[in-house]
Amino acid sequence: MIEILFYILSAVTLGSAFLTILSKNPIHSAIWLVVCFFSVAGHYALLNSQFLAMVHIIVYSGAIMILMLFTIMLMNLNVSDEIAKPVVTKILATVCFCLIGFFLVSALAQNAPAIETYTTTGADFQSIQVLGKVLLNEFVVPFEMAAVLLLMAMIGAVLISKKEKKTT
Amino acid sequence: MEQVLQQIGIDQYIFLAILLFCIGAFGILYRRNAIVMFMSIEIMLNAANLLLVAFSNYHEDANGQVFVFFTMAVAAAEVAIGLAILVAIYRNIGSIDIDKLKNLKG
Repeated sequence: MIEILFYILSAVTLGSAFLTILSKNPIHSAIWLVVCFFSVAGHYALLNSQFLAMVHIIVYSGAIMILMLFTIMLMNLNVSDEIAKPVVTKILATVCFCLIGFFLVSALAQNAPAIETYTTTGADFQSIQVLGKVLLNEFVVPFEMAAVLLLMAMIGAVLISKKEKKTT
Repeated sequence: MEQVLQQIGIDQYIFLAILLFCIGAFGILYRRNAIVMFMSIEIMLNAANLLLVAFSNYHEDANGQVFVFFTMAVAAAEVAIGLAILVAIYRNIGSIDIDKLKNLKG
């Protein structure tokens, strides 16, 4: 049962990721990317990381995709605007894709697992309680740095996209 | 509660993350629309996140999932700055085609 669910979710993830890249219209790409993010959140839920799945849906499918859709609609992009890349580039990109995939899969296919038989101890390690304790005890400095980073990104985005006053 | 890693093993997750990462790299090379290239970067970050969560489950350790939060923060900052830069570029040259960005070519 859980295997079938995993394979369906994986197929949805990979297929929608491909459609994101291959669809001509950027808005269609964004919508397929939302499907891809939701299926990744499904993977997280399958791994019992409910809190992470929720955060993933809120941050990626909510915030980031809204930002991208706003930008796409702000620029009013059309399919006809995009000039096709030369065929050589496309062939090279496909060859690179196949080579990277083949190399990584073949390198990892022969490896023996580090833990022979996987057993669960039943201990709680991924509830919000535990994650919050780890985040605010061991990782408190990176946590603060992330806050500073987000503040800087916000100020920087406002400064960059501010309209310059026209000289002369 | 039956564990998914007992049923299908960590290998399947590793292969899924590899394929997802390859699709992201393929998108960077294949497209010339800057927004779609950003989406490819997001796909690659998601592949890394998926692997972190899978290994965090495998070792029953919460640290991997904390790193996923930091990745998400970095991704959000990157998208905000990147889209602001794209808007500025679009205002200047009227296109977000990366092949038209030849000002620094010399």
